[in-house]
Amino acid sequence: MTNLKRFPMRLNTRDGAVDMTHGSGGRAMAQLIEELFVKHFDNELLRQANDQAAFDVSAGRMVMSTDGHVISPLFFPGGDIGSLSVHGTINDVAMSGAKPLYLSAGFILEEGIALADLEKIVISMGRAAGAAGVPIVTGDTKVVEKGKADKVFITTTGVGVVPEGVNISGNRAQAGDAILVNGSIGDHGVAIMSSRENLQFETTIESDSAALHTLVADMVAVASGIHCLRDPTRGGLATTLNELAQQSQVGMKLSETSIPIKPAVAAACELLGLDPLYVANEGKLICICAQQDAQGLLEVMQAHPLGREAAIIGEVVEDQNAFVQMQTRFGGSRVVDWLAGEQLPRIC
Amino acid sequence: MKYVEEFRCHDLAQQLASAISREINPDRQYRLMEFCGGHTHAIFRYGVQDLMPANVTFVHGPGCPVCVLPTGRIDYAIQLVQEQEVILCTYGDLLRVPASGRKSLLKVKAEGADVRMVYSTQDALRIARENPQREVVFFAIGFETTTPPTAVAIKQAQGEGLKNFSVFCNHVLTPAAIQNILESPELREMGSVSIDGFFGPSHVSSIIGSQPYEFFAEEFQKPVVIAGFEPLDVMQSALMLIRQLNEGRHEVENEYTRVVTREGNRKAQTLVAEVMELRRDFEWRGLGRVPYSGLRIKPSFAEFDAEQRFDVPLVQASDIKGCECPRILRGVKKPTDCKLFGVICTPENPMGSCMVSSEGACAAYWSYGRFRKPAEQQESVA
Repeated sequence: MTNLKRFPMRLNTRDGAVDMTHGSGGRAMAQLIEELFVKHFDNELLRQANDQAAFDVSAGRMVMSTDGHVISPLFFPGGDIGSLSVHGTINDVAMSGAKPLYLSAGFILEEGIALADLEKIVISMGRAAGAAGVPIVTGDTKVVEKGKADKVFITTTGVGVVPEGVNISGNRAQAGDAILVNGSIGDHGVAIMSSRENLQFETTIESDSAALHTLVADMVAVASGIHCLRDPTRGGLATTLNELAQQSQVGMKLSETSIPIKPAVAAACELLGLDPLYVANEGKLICICAQQDAQGLLEVMQAHPLGREAAIIGEVVEDQNAFVQMQTRFGGSRVVDWLAGEQLPRIC
Repeated sequence: MKYVEEFRCHDLAQQLASAISREINPDRQYRLMEFCGGHTHAIFRYGVQDLMPANVTFVHGPGCPVCVLPTGRIDYAIQLVQEQEVILCTYGDLLRVPASGRKSLLKVKAEGADVRMVYSTQDALRIARENPQREVVFFAIGFETTTPPTAVAIKQAQGEGLKNFSVFCNHVLTPAAIQNILESPELREMGSVSIDGFFGPSHVSSIIGSQPYEFFAEEFQKPVVIAGFEPLDVMQSALMLIRQLNEGRHEVENEYTRVVTREGNRKAQTLVAEVMELRRDFEWRGLGRVPYSGLRIKPSFAEFDAEQRFDVPLVQASDIKGCECPRILRGVKKPTDCKLFGVICTPENPMGSCMVSSEGACAAYWSYGRFRKPAEQQESVA
């Protein structure tokens, strides 16, 4: 007698859809995990098929971060919810200066989502994790009734280890420090807007979604004294700088002419009445460091593929009100305040 | 960005700034009201005030359509969406405007009401086509600039035979409001505050032309310059106003010649006149009832008029106590004169209309101008 296959019928990723059984803990769920998640995330720890991943860690400081992803639409120019969920958490871990080691992924699936779409997302996640060298080692899947979620939500958690001597935190900015950014701002938000069904416009702009940990590793290697790192995601550059100013109780002075913005992003923002300083990024970081480290860091950033357009955009100043101000290209000055309300919902 | 950056040029700004400082009379004040929120925004976003002499003051007027919409109209829209269960299509700015009972469209949306943010009347029409079984109402607001697209949408709906589309019309008129500001007792009798000249909103004039201001400049002896919305336009227009004031003239001049003519867009005017007519009066937040300052949909298009289509009473609502929006809108007070400003009224939690839209004077002050206040205080202490 021939060996019976565990799942005689392959998971129908051509025209099948997720139903409640895929989250019920039974055979359908086991098949989904095996033929989709384990297949595409493939790594030794996941293959052990335990409810947790066990691994050894080196001595030192560990960091841990988690991020939920609810973006609409699921697929957009330059990425999708899968790659975004990998990059987002790797970046949150890396912004401590840490080397990210492992990821977990939790899926909330809406009944009815096409298995073909889910497969595309999972393949994209597997690729992003593989390219970054940060495996997804454990996960969870739940299915909710139609209308109780929007197709798929993904929560990823990451852990990493901080190299000896690195102490990066949002409260360490000091008057006199330089403020750097690794490239043009607003790309992600504009790419998402261009693909929204109620707002279609043609643009060649792609999301900047990328894992920044190798850039951070290069930066930390030349300047272990970096004070702050943060990725300006929702709320954009303006909001993140305000967070850092508040945390460190300092002010900031930016120079509008030195902030890199792609002409197509500027044009799209002009049309939609948005300020690119508040538009989201998914592959950018802000670095605050002592003035004497700034030039060296800038060169290291510009030598990395994700930092070619890096620039020094301003400096940290003393200010008890923690205002972020900007010298405008026009010749005046303005406050760059916190984002009020929301510019655009569900961008990550 | 071509055709935009040219109007934000640093070098030209410096040249204009020195031209202005050469021409001003240091012994007098120049109080120039920018009627429109678009100008307020440009002044703060580009830091135009920094380039002006100290005796030239920008007074922020009531020209933000979101800000002047009275509470009762938002209450009405909330009734439409909650009680009549319509799909309410609205521009994003309106979502956070405070209504009665601490409500807002954003809050009722969170409670499950079908409020949809749109970017144009065409989005609203599309939603109506896609939901033939539902009533779809477009919350129309704005000055003369946004009125023609609403008129087009109504004509389109009629042409297509759309049976489920209507418009809640809140379109208002600029010249009537400016006249009202100058006629207000606070400005006429108290004499404590004077406005010397006006920046006319150029997008409005691209429709109505510059001509409607001619009577007004003559009647009130105040110069008006139709000004574009780029920062160089604002500075050039300020220079033109200053020159008129120095020479004792009070004319309507057009700085925005690249778009505006004296007659305006006749085609758009005809279209609006076909679909809409003057209301006897319309309530403005801050200004009260202003005669002949708003438009309603003509009886021949009654089926597309939400106010006629639905049986919802329009209730008079009162504004928040202590809120200085009425005086701020008339340029009598500055946002920082209001006790609520920055204390309980912030962009995250707006109490008055001027804090709601980014074009509102209070929001602009809060977002872009707030840092000046501590600096001024330090100076006055020293």
